[in-house]
Amino acid sequence: MNLHEYQAKELFHQFGVPTPKGIKATSQQQAVEVAKEVRANGPWVVAAQVHAGGRGKAGGVKFVRTIQEVEEVAGRLLGSTLVTKQTGADGVPIHALLIRDGVDIAKEYYLSCLVDRSKKRIILIGSSEGGVDIEEVAAKTPEKILTLTVDPTAGLQPYQARNLGFKMGMAKSEVDQLVKILSGIYNMFVHKDCSMVEINPLIVTPDGQVLALDAKVSLDDNALYRHKDTAEMRDPTQEDEREHIAHEIGLNYVALDGNIGCMVNGAGLAMATMDVIKLHGGDPANFLDVGGGATADRVARAFKLILSSDKVKAILVNIFGGIVRCDVIAEGIIAAVKEVGLTLPVVVRLQGTNVEAGREMLAKSGMNIIAADDLTDAAQQVVAAAAK
Amino acid sequence: MSILIDKNTKVICQGFTGSQGTFHAEQAIAYGTNLVGGISPGKGGTVHLGKPVFNTVQEAVAATGADASMIYVPAGFAGDAILEAADAGIKVIACITEGIPVMDMLRVKAVLQYNYPNVYLIGPNCPGIITPGGCKMGIMPGHIHLPGKIGIISRSGTLTYEAVWQTTQTGLGQSTCIGIGGDPIHGMSFVDILTLFKDDPQTEGIVMVGEIGGSAEEEAAEYIKANITKPVVAYIAGVTAPPGKRMGHAGAIIMGGKGTAADKFAALDAAGAKIVRSPADIGEAMKGFFS
Repeated sequence: MNLHEYQAKELFHQFGVPTPKGIKATSQQQAVEVAKEVRANGPWVVAAQVHAGGRGKAGGVKFVRTIQEVEEVAGRLLGSTLVTKQTGADGVPIHALLIRDGVDIAKEYYLSCLVDRSKKRIILIGSSEGGVDIEEVAAKTPEKILTLTVDPTAGLQPYQARNLGFKMGMAKSEVDQLVKILSGIYNMFVHKDCSMVEINPLIVTPDGQVLALDAKVSLDDNALYRHKDTAEMRDPTQEDEREHIAHEIGLNYVALDGNIGCMVNGAGLAMATMDVIKLHGGDPANFLDVGGGATADRVARAFKLILSSDKVKAILVNIFGGIVRCDVIAEGIIAAVKEVGLTLPVVVRLQGTNVEAGREMLAKSGMNIIAADDLTDAAQQVVAAAAK
Repeated sequence: MSILIDKNTKVICQGFTGSQGTFHAEQAIAYGTNLVGGISPGKGGTVHLGKPVFNTVQEAVAATGADASMIYVPAGFAGDAILEAADAGIKVIACITEGIPVMDMLRVKAVLQYNYPNVYLIGPNCPGIITPGGCKMGIMPGHIHLPGKIGIISRSGTLTYEAVWQTTQTGLGQSTCIGIGGDPIHGMSFVDILTLFKDDPQTEGIVMVGEIGGSAEEEAAEYIKANITKPVVAYIAGVTAPPGKRMGHAGAIIMGGKGTAADKFAALDAAGAKIVRSPADIGEAMKGFFS
């Protein structure tokens, strides 16, 4: 789950990571009021609060000098949709702004914290190249990407933070502040169950203060049950509507651009099903994992979710029953088809536990369901059906 | 021979009396697994499914001599359950539980590394491990398996079944099948299991099913190239998965361009594995080595 910049900075403050002063605003009038509270006179930065990178380049972050400009930019951004390189063509709606102190910047650095899967450790990444696209820095000048690895039983040690700071080219007074910032970020990462924290840029002001200018935080969904405060920060307006519904009913769903709806059990098989559809010339409309504990009701809801996209021209159900019994899946399919009055062709491939019972139920249902023997057959049939 | 478990393995079940634990322990017993008891704190001294229930893993090990455990406890308690099993002297731990916080697994991995380096942890978020005809520790449907000569390793549950079913249909059968789990931080890796299959005389061929993300498949490819002479058939799921959907922004940096299905296919191909572009071709591709 992703947080907005203003939410991420609330967490930063709890863990002693300093940022330029900033206050959230959700209306034009409020933007003007909070701007005066942030600083008596400009400049300010008006930043759109959306879950997407590339806000600046897309016009979602504006540097302004007068209160009139704050009012004008706030009026323009609020209620509009921001399209960045990460959002897709539909963009994301702007419902809130962060009005920040437009501090002067002497230097820009980069910092992030994440889990390195192969080391099985939390790592902190720093770079002297802040304020730019960090992937580009990594590609062109990999030597400028510096990492430190934290032992989970010992925690982050100050010497590690100093090492990183001096290697990033920081002066002693900056390194001293960095040690506190890194320690705050690491503690926050551990105690709030983060999956990624990124500060780009981390700035130094002309008077030598080190501040987190931007803040990006993602949280581990699996750990939200033990963090009531951050769990409440979820903003469904920033998520794909169908992905949000899927989340609510416990399904794993990702919307895609094709016209073949997929319902599969298991994430790996769901990905593989998409691959096989593509291999046979089709285009999947979604990734959907109904999970191991699928009930007839969940299958029915998954079916409705797939059908809520008008792009879908045919549906492929691919179930290898392990925990999920094929007869339960069949029952769900039949219930869903009855309820929504399905007219689209449905190809079903069932295998595994209680497969005979499941196939028999589908065959006797009298519905327009095409039974497939194996994955290849299923993919070929559904691609052909979608093309009609 | 097989790897890690066989018909003599004494298995216990943690989370024994819960609905998941009950269902799958029942299935395991029906399959012929030597299930010697289960754990359910507070229910020690009772009998469930005809087997003794213990309050702690320590008590269970002392009473039964158990050497393997399958874990079905809820996500919030699963990290603790893994360490309890390791501390009690259990050697093979299959943690089926899905949804364990990453931070918990980081701590579990560190403690295992420092204090219990000889414990084999499978999972979490996995179907478990099965030696067909002998021992089933997990949620896989037993009837699709056939004792035989192919070792199967996979990151995905249902794709493991796909590979199993095809090697059964082609008559090759399986030595041992392991789902290593889909979580970013998990127990045994592809390389750990390849090492065991390499030295197992019953295993004559290996099926490896990977997924996008991380670099475990690339590491496996390096290992295969240097060490494995048995035929390997490999498939990677996720060629069409949209990039960046689950992986964070900064995650791509340290992977140094690794993580895509195309890279993983290329690495395995270069390592001499037979790669298949569709999971439906796994069985036939492996059959090709034995006809």
